[in-house]
Amino acid sequence: MNWVVNPFDEYAVEAALRMCEVVTGGKGKRFGEVVVLSIGPKKDATKEIRSCLAMGADRAIHVVAEDAALDSFVVANIVKKIYEEEQPDLLLMGKQTVDGDSNQAAQMVAGYLGLPQACFAATLESFPDKKELVVGREVDGGMEVKKVQLPAVVSVDLRVVAPTAVKNNQSEEGYEYGDGPRYASLKGIMKAKKKKIDVKELGDLGVSTDLRVKHTTFAPPPERGGGIIVKSVDELLDKLQNEAKVL
Amino acid sequence: MSNVLIFCEHKDGAIKTSTLPAITFGREVAKHTGGEVYGVVVGSGLGDAGADAARYLSKVVVVENDGLGNYLAETYAPVLAKVAADLGVSTVAATATNLGKDLLPRAAALLEAGMVSDVIEVTGGKAFVRPTNAGNALGSVEVLTDVALATVRQTEFDPAAPLDAAGAVESAEAGDIDSLNAEFVQLNLSESTRPDLSEAKVVVSGGRGMKNAENFKVLEELTDLFGGALGATRAACDAGYVANDLQVGQTGKVVAPDLYIAVGISGAIQHLAGMKSSKVIVAINKDEEAPIFQVADFGLVSTWENAMPDLIAGVKKAKGA
Ligand SMILES: Cc1cc2nc3c(=O)[nH]c(=O)nc-3n(C[C@H](O)[C@H](O)[C@H](O)COP(=O)(O)OP(=O)(O)OC[C@H]3O[C@@H](n4cnc5c(N)ncnc54)[C@H](O)[C@@H]3O)c2cc1C
Ligand SMILES: Nc1ncnc2c1ncn2[C@@H]1O[C@H](COP(=O)(O)O)[C@@H](O)[C@H]1O
Repeated sequence: MNWVVNPFDEYAVEAALRMCEVVTGGKGKRFGEVVVLSIGPKKDATKEIRSCLAMGADRAIHVVAEDAALDSFVVANIVKKIYEEEQPDLLLMGKQTVDGDSNQAAQMVAGYLGLPQACFAATLESFPDKKELVVGREVDGGMEVKKVQLPAVVSVDLRVVAPTAVKNNQSEEGYEYGDGPRYASLKGIMKAKKKKIDVKELGDLGVSTDLRVKHTTFAPPPERGGGIIVKSVDELLDKLQNEAKVL
Repeated sequence: MSNVLIFCEHKDGAIKTSTLPAITFGREVAKHTGGEVYGVVVGSGLGDAGADAARYLSKVVVVENDGLGNYLAETYAPVLAKVAADLGVSTVAATATNLGKDLLPRAAALLEAGMVSDVIEVTGGKAFVRPTNAGNALGSVEVLTDVALATVRQTEFDPAAPLDAAGAVESAEAGDIDSLNAEFVQLNLSESTRPDLSEAKVVVSGGRGMKNAENFKVLEELTDLFGGALGATRAACDAGYVANDLQVGQTGKVVAPDLYIAVGISGAIQHLAGMKSSKVIVAINKDEEAPIFQVADFGLVSTWENAMPDLIAGVKKAKGA
C-alpha cells in the first residue's frame, strides 16, 4: 500500500466511532452518524475515504482539490462550509498532518465558526443529554481538563485511541477498547463499497480559494556529520570529557 | 509601519524564558521590516509581568482582567487579535509551546491572516523556513496577507537579551470576554523538579528498550547528575513507563540540548525529528543496526543493563559527586 490516512485522522475516525456507539455485552450499537470529510486529489482521497468507511464511518464527503491549491486557510474555509451544511454536533480533526506538520487547521476552523475548541485531546468524555464534552488536553507539563459545549471543534492527539480514552457514558461501565484504531474487517470493507461518497468540486463550494501562505521551495535539512562507535563506556566517557567537552 | 507583536507567556509575575526565543525571532523580522518589536501580556493577577516583558520590548500592552485568569483559546484569541489590530502590527508571533500552537491559529482566523507554524529561520519580513515531513524537508514559505502570524521553534532562536533601556508599559481593555461556554476545569501538572525539556542543557531519553517504568530510575539518576531533563519515545510513553508530556519527537517536544543521551531507542524518524538538532548525541543500544547510530556522534553497542552502571559511576567521578 502506498497510501495511508494521516494517522491523526485515523485516530479521529476511531474516536468518532467510539463517541457514538454503545457497547454492552461486547456488542456495539450506533446512536449517531459518523461522516468523513476528505479534501484532496481524486485518486488518493478516494482510497483514504474508503478505508475510513471500512472502519465503520457511515458516509463521506469528498471535496476534490489538488494539493497545491490547498493551504490551512483554504482547508479551514472548506471545513467551515461543510460544517454549515451538515450541522454536526462535533467536528473531530487531527492535531496535525504528518507531512505538512502545521497543527493549525482545527484551531482556525474553530476561530472561523466561533465555536469552542479543545485541541490535542487525549481523552474525551461526553454527556449526550447535557450536550457537553470533557476533554483531557495534552499541554506543556501535563494534562489540562477543559469542558466545552457542543457543537465544538476537537483536534485529537496520539493517546485518544488508548483503551479507555473515550467515554460516551452510554457504554458498559469500564469498557476497554483494543489499543489503537480498529482494523477494517472483511465485512467492513465489503460494506464500505456501497456507502455513499458525496463528491464536490472545490470551485462549486463558493469558498475563497486564495492561498495565504505560499511554499516557495523545499530543501533537504543539513546532514549531521557521521559519528563513531565507541568500544566501551570508558572510551565514551573520555570522548565526552576531552573531545565533546560536555562532561 | 511594519511592527511585530510577541505574545508573552508569563508565570509568577515574570515572562517565561520560553518566550525569549520568540522575541529574538521578532527582532530578526524587524531587521527586515525596519519596525519595532512589541509585546502583549494577558491574564489576571499579572504583578510585574508587563514590566518584566518591557525589559526586552520597546512597548508592552498589558491586558489584565479577572475573566482571563485561566488560559482559554476562546477568550485569549480575541484579545490578541484586538491588540494586534489596534497596534496595526504586521507580524504576530509566539513560541510554539502547546499554548502558542493552540492560540495563534485561532487568532489568525480572527485576523483573516496567513499563519506559519514552527518557524526555524527568518529569511525576509514575511518569508520564513519551517520543517515539514518530520523534519525531512525544510520548506521556504511566504505569507501573502498583510498580517503574518507565526509560531517559533524555541530551539532554533537564542533567548533574547534585555534592551539597554526598558520599553513602555501600557494597559488595554480586554473588550467583551466571551468564553463561548468553554470552561477551564483543572490543570494536572506532572510533578518534576527538573528543568523544562525544551530548555534543558542535557536530555537523557529512554525508549522501549528500557522495558518498564521501574528501569527508568536508572535514567533519572543519570539525568539528575547532569541537572538535565528526562525524555522518552512515543513507545515508552504509550507503554506507561513515563508521563506523556516527556515524549520527544515530531508529535511531542522538540529539543536541542548540548548533550542528548538516547538509551534503548531505535531512532524512528518521528523520534529523530525531535532531537537531531542536539549538539552532541550519544546512543546506547544493543542492536548495532539501530538507525539511532546514524545520527549519534558517539554510539555504544551494548545493553543498558551493562553500560549504565559504569556510565553513572564515570559521570559521578567526573562531576566530583
Ligand atoms: C503519527 C506518529 C507520530 C509519532 N510521533 C513520535 C514522536 O513524536 N516521538 C517518538 O519517539 N516516536 C513517535 N512515533 C513512533 C515512532 O514511529 C516509533 O515507533 C518510536 O519512536 C519507537 O520507540 P522506541 O525507539 O522506544 O521503540 P523501538 O523501536 O521498539 O526500539 C527499542 C530499541 O531498544 C533497543 N533495546 C532493547 N533492549 C535493549 C537493552 N536491554 N539495552 C539497550 N537497547 C535495547 C532495541 O534494539 C531497539 O532498537 C510516532 C509514530 C506515528 C505513527
Ligand atoms: N486536505 C484535508 N482534508 C481533510 N482534512 C484535513 C486536510 N488537511 C488538514 N485537515 C485536517 O486538519 C488537521 C490538522 O492539519 P494541519 O493543520 O494541516 O496540520 C488534520 O489532522 C485534518 O484533520
